[in-house]
Amino acid sequence: MSGTDTARGPKSIWRQLADSKVLLLMCVPAIIFFIVFNYMPLPGAWIAFTNFNYRDGIFGSPFVGFKNFEFLIKSGQLWTLTRNTILYNLAFIVLGNILQIAIAIMLNEVRLAWFKKLSQAAMFLPFFISSVLVGVIAFNLLNYDTGALNALIKQTGGDPIKIYSSAGAWPLIIIMVHLWQSTGYGSIVYFAAIMGIDRSLYEAATVDGASAWQRIRFVTLPSLKPTFIILVLFALGGIMHGNFGLFWNLVGNNAALFQTTDIIETSVYRMVLSQNNFTTSTAVGLYQSLFGFALVMTANWIVRRINKDYALF
Amino acid sequence: MHSSDLARPFDTEGVGLGPAKPRAIKLDGSDIVIRSISYITITLFALFCLLPFIMMLSASLSSEAAIMKSGFGILPKDFSLAAYEWIFKAPKQIIGSYVVTIVMTVFGTAIGLFIISMTGYALHRKDFPFRNHISFLIYFTTLFSAGLAPTFLWVARDLGLRGNYLAVFLQLLMTPWLIILMKNFMRTVPYEIIESGKVDGAGDFRIFAQLCLPMMKPALATIGLFLALGYWNEWYLSSLYLGSTVEFKPLQYHLYNIINTANALRNSVAGSNVSVTALPSNTLKMASAIVATGPILLLYPFVQKYFVSGITIGAVKG
Repeated sequence: MSGTDTARGPKSIWRQLADSKVLLLMCVPAIIFFIVFNYMPLPGAWIAFTNFNYRDGIFGSPFVGFKNFEFLIKSGQLWTLTRNTILYNLAFIVLGNILQIAIAIMLNEVRLAWFKKLSQAAMFLPFFISSVLVGVIAFNLLNYDTGALNALIKQTGGDPIKIYSSAGAWPLIIIMVHLWQSTGYGSIVYFAAIMGIDRSLYEAATVDGASAWQRIRFVTLPSLKPTFIILVLFALGGIMHGNFGLFWNLVGNNAALFQTTDIIETSVYRMVLSQNNFTTSTAVGLYQSLFGFALVMTANWIVRRINKDYALF
Repeated sequence: MHSSDLARPFDTEGVGLGPAKPRAIKLDGSDIVIRSISYITITLFALFCLLPFIMMLSASLSSEAAIMKSGFGILPKDFSLAAYEWIFKAPKQIIGSYVVTIVMTVFGTAIGLFIISMTGYALHRKDFPFRNHISFLIYFTTLFSAGLAPTFLWVARDLGLRGNYLAVFLQLLMTPWLIILMKNFMRTVPYEIIESGKVDGAGDFRIFAQLCLPMMKPALATIGLFLALGYWNEWYLSSLYLGSTVEFKPLQYHLYNIINTANALRNSVAGSNVSVTALPSNTLKMASAIVATGPILLLYPFVQKYFVSGITIGAVKG
């Protein structure tokens, strides 16, 4: 060991570079990746303040100030998109966490190992499929002519429903599909938290004559509170970002449903891909990014005050 | 340093999976009630998760006429393999899509895993003076992004990757979350192992490749699965950057197009009372969906135990 680095005092940056050149080289591919795909596009956000056209490019196109944002606000579009995105996410967060906790607690009551493994595998399955397939499945269940739901209604003598043109039904459908897809996966975290609870707490509760329900109520649930709070806070931090794949594959370009189903992501995607509208879409994206950034910072600040170890930074 | 020290058991795979220790207590009434409710609810929810898959499989094995007459159901109606025969009658398209997707998934997962684990390892090393700077550079991308439109213009126009499989392949190689997950996994490698490698005079890369990597199997399985899923289920970047410029679309995007041809029709008549009897084959769509999904589901049983521990470790501090 003698002769190796025992020098005191701050090392010069060149010395540090020389000492850690291998570790630095190991990070180079990732650094290049994030610079190329995440940092280089950043200046492009300037498009939000211009009347962009291909010929003049991003910085040559005429500057229009906040006009793109004005248009979005005046047309009411920004409000509809923000409202839909936030409300859907709120429903996902609240219902999702309740259901995940319930499933985790019940899974913990299950004693048969094979049953636990098998049911967990079944519950994870929806998480593994592409959102395209989720769209296929929904169509399979809901379409007018051959959908399973309408087949059932017809069998019982009712009149089939045109679900793909009833906007009112879709918040319920989208929330159900989301829960179907994410509950099994999301319950893992809570299940692990339950496994981490000190077993002696349960034994003490049993000795004190607590029933199974009381043990859940007074031991399990309070122990899950920190996990719950942290997960919800971080989810709230991401409340401006929607699950694009889910919404797009369920609804797509079906304008009859937009009022209740259009979120920021789907709207931006449609603007870019089918309308070639780069100015409005960049403006919406920038608004989403800034708003979302403020929310994450707030969420992290609160988490930090609760428990420093859980904070992201 | 003895090699036996390196082979120290490394146990994260037990997290979240180990069955709770059976308690030696008498079951009273409320226990039985709660336990029964649990078994029943879990069974119902598991069936709820499975049912759509069963219906899809049944539909793909039914005859078109039966589906048109009585709709989708749980069991195959008028069993028929016609839809699968139809797919493989002109197999060029589907085989091409398979090849594109398999090549992307295999190479993407391998290269992505290599870069992610290298980066995660370096960022975990406490004696690496730039770890915080680089961590921040990576993490910041999750906080603030340019958004879809500027990114699209940059990649498609400035990088010139429109119509190039690389636009899809490269962008799926890594995510900040997976790097953080890998970094968290590295915490489970005892620091003495790295120290001992240094004492033996091994370089940083050799310590990583020969001492750390072999201990990271659960991490590699978990992150590998996430990467593989990302590539296999990819349709979004393909829709942006490939569109109809390539002959063989990645599998899910191919499926997306099969489905959407019908959707376009469906939407155009959504408001009217016209019944959409002229739609492309229903059973064919279901068979395509099965063919496009099958292989990735078969992968799952092999990685289940790692996967559970993987998300557990990476979940909260994601």
